[in-house]
Amino acid sequence: MHIRFRSIEMDFELSEEQKMIRETARNFARKDLEPVAVEANESGVFPTEIYEKLGELGFMGMTVPEEYGGTNLGSLCLVIALEEISRVCASTAVAVSVHNSLANRIVLKYANDGLRDRFLPDLASGKILGAYAVTEPAAGSDLASLRMSAVKKGDEYILNGTKIFISTGNKAGVIVVFARTDQEDKKRGISAFLIEPGFDGFSVGKVEDKMGLKASTTVELVFEDCRVPAENMLGGEGDGLKIALSSLDSGRIGIAAQSVGITQAALDEAVSFARERKQFGKRIIDFQSTRWKIADMAMNLDAARLLVYRAAVLSDSEQRSSKEVSIAKLFASQAANRVVYDSLQIHGGVGYTKEFLIERLYRDARVLEIYEGTSEIQRLVISREVMEEYDRMMPD
Amino acid sequence: MKIIVLLKRVPDTEAKILINQNGDGIREEGIKFVINPYDEYAIEEGLLLRDKVGGDSKVTVVCMGAEEATENIRTALAMGADDAVHICDPALKKPGPLTSATVMAKAIKDEGYDIIFCGKQAIDDDMAQVQGIMAEILDIPQVNVAVKFELSDDAQNVILQRRIEGGDEKIEARLPAIISCEKGLNEPRYASLPGIMKAKKKEIRTKSLADLGFDDVPGGGKSRILKWLPLPKGGECRMVEAEEISDAVGELVRLLREEAKVL
Repeated sequence: MHIRFRSIEMDFELSEEQKMIRETARNFARKDLEPVAVEANESGVFPTEIYEKLGELGFMGMTVPEEYGGTNLGSLCLVIALEEISRVCASTAVAVSVHNSLANRIVLKYANDGLRDRFLPDLASGKILGAYAVTEPAAGSDLASLRMSAVKKGDEYILNGTKIFISTGNKAGVIVVFARTDQEDKKRGISAFLIEPGFDGFSVGKVEDKMGLKASTTVELVFEDCRVPAENMLGGEGDGLKIALSSLDSGRIGIAAQSVGITQAALDEAVSFARERKQFGKRIIDFQSTRWKIADMAMNLDAARLLVYRAAVLSDSEQRSSKEVSIAKLFASQAANRVVYDSLQIHGGVGYTKEFLIERLYRDARVLEIYEGTSEIQRLVISREVMEEYDRMMPD
Repeated sequence: MKIIVLLKRVPDTEAKILINQNGDGIREEGIKFVINPYDEYAIEEGLLLRDKVGGDSKVTVVCMGAEEATENIRTALAMGADDAVHICDPALKKPGPLTSATVMAKAIKDEGYDIIFCGKQAIDDDMAQVQGIMAEILDIPQVNVAVKFELSDDAQNVILQRRIEGGDEKIEARLPAIISCEKGLNEPRYASLPGIMKAKKKEIRTKSLADLGFDDVPGGGKSRILKWLPLPKGGECRMVEAEEISDAVGELVRLLREEAKVL
């Protein structure tokens, strides 16, 4: 007799639309992105045209409402799309993630009507890319220590300082930049601005030669008496830290999704290689040592994906989710690094050459534990949240 | 202009096909099902024609298939088709081409049509018969394996090109007509995200045999599939190696004579 339990509400299935979105992302990634990705990761030439195509399909406006030409689908759908893009090209995924989960969100939420009308339609259609600049040489994880100055002069702010490690900073049409409007007040002294690359005093400095993510650029931005109209301020004066903190979660979910894509690709590569490769008279997939690796990889992938989906759903329903987001980001980025390691091990010597995709995946995975909050910062967030929960449950 | 596109749900081209134990079908578990790839060209050509003609032109997808085919119909709607007819009836589990053509022709007649696009064949059973039979039933011209499509200026005729041995053939046909589409006709679009969201609200009219006025499965009994057989297993490859090529040839001849006994 089949017994149906009375309380089984917890749906792990994607909806029909979400599956279709995954299908479109997957087909696009395989047919259009893959040939471009192979070339661009080799040459390091930024494939601008791919973002226009992604825009035409609606992938560049997933956090933007329809009235601005966006598709307004939210974090979970963005995660699904990023996974598929990252599976083929992690460089493209990071640009799409920063654009959707940081730049677009912040412009939508904090820019005034004029800026929104001017930029959101072009951002949502992928005509221009959005970037996000907070990191400085002396301000990494400790973002409140940033030094770049913004001094009000008439109806302009004059910005001076340097931002580093800015993804697509030399390709973006707009950049969200954080600067200090008050040198004394560490927390309330930071403000956010929307910078256009044509502004006087703005220039691109060093273009980093990175270990991985070769098809995306990471650059230094130099501000020398850069004149920014006061109306380009995002939110009010002193809102910068609040804006930066409020965008942490969505940025982290994006990188967690990128991690899942890399993990999936590393498993795909491991299985396909191990089914072909023969040693000692049999396929290496038939050795238990390989099988156990495959099992561990699948377990890591599955757990990472579920954690990321949960974080995205919580974020979409506007529930407090910093702990769940950090757990997802920490686990998914570590899982990716474990899985690329095992996948390369299964490949053996050829995995260490550029002949096989795993070599690129291995390099691309490393930064997942560093950007959008290092693994250490994620642990800080998680432990703080857990301790707060206990403090409330168990008063001294 | 009333544009009909025929759609069939088929196993993914990359799926590994295994015959079931009874030999009357394939094992469906674990296999992904997709829109027949040639039907994608048909959908795209239908959409291009609709947008060119404009006015109140519309593209209606007609699909005969199991309940699960809804997801493939939905994809066609997300690509931009306007609505769909899904013929779904337990009695139509394994229809032959005559049955499929008869049932779908009736649905198309009920809908009204100016032109019908379909794939040149379905990649599952490769019969390529439905369009021919349907053209007979509807008594309209058919042009198969089209790689180029044009509507005449007066919109009364279509001019098509098909690739044949050594060249291209140009054919003109009077509308209404049925056109089967070949790779190269166009580049099928993806279902865009706005398209996917719009598809939710588009109508899929589900019809049973009874809805179409059939008391019984029509067109049965003309031919019957007896059995599906798995592909014969490939034999093992043996390399004949020797220092001198003449020794290898000698060894090969000996094996062919003594072991394979073919010489």
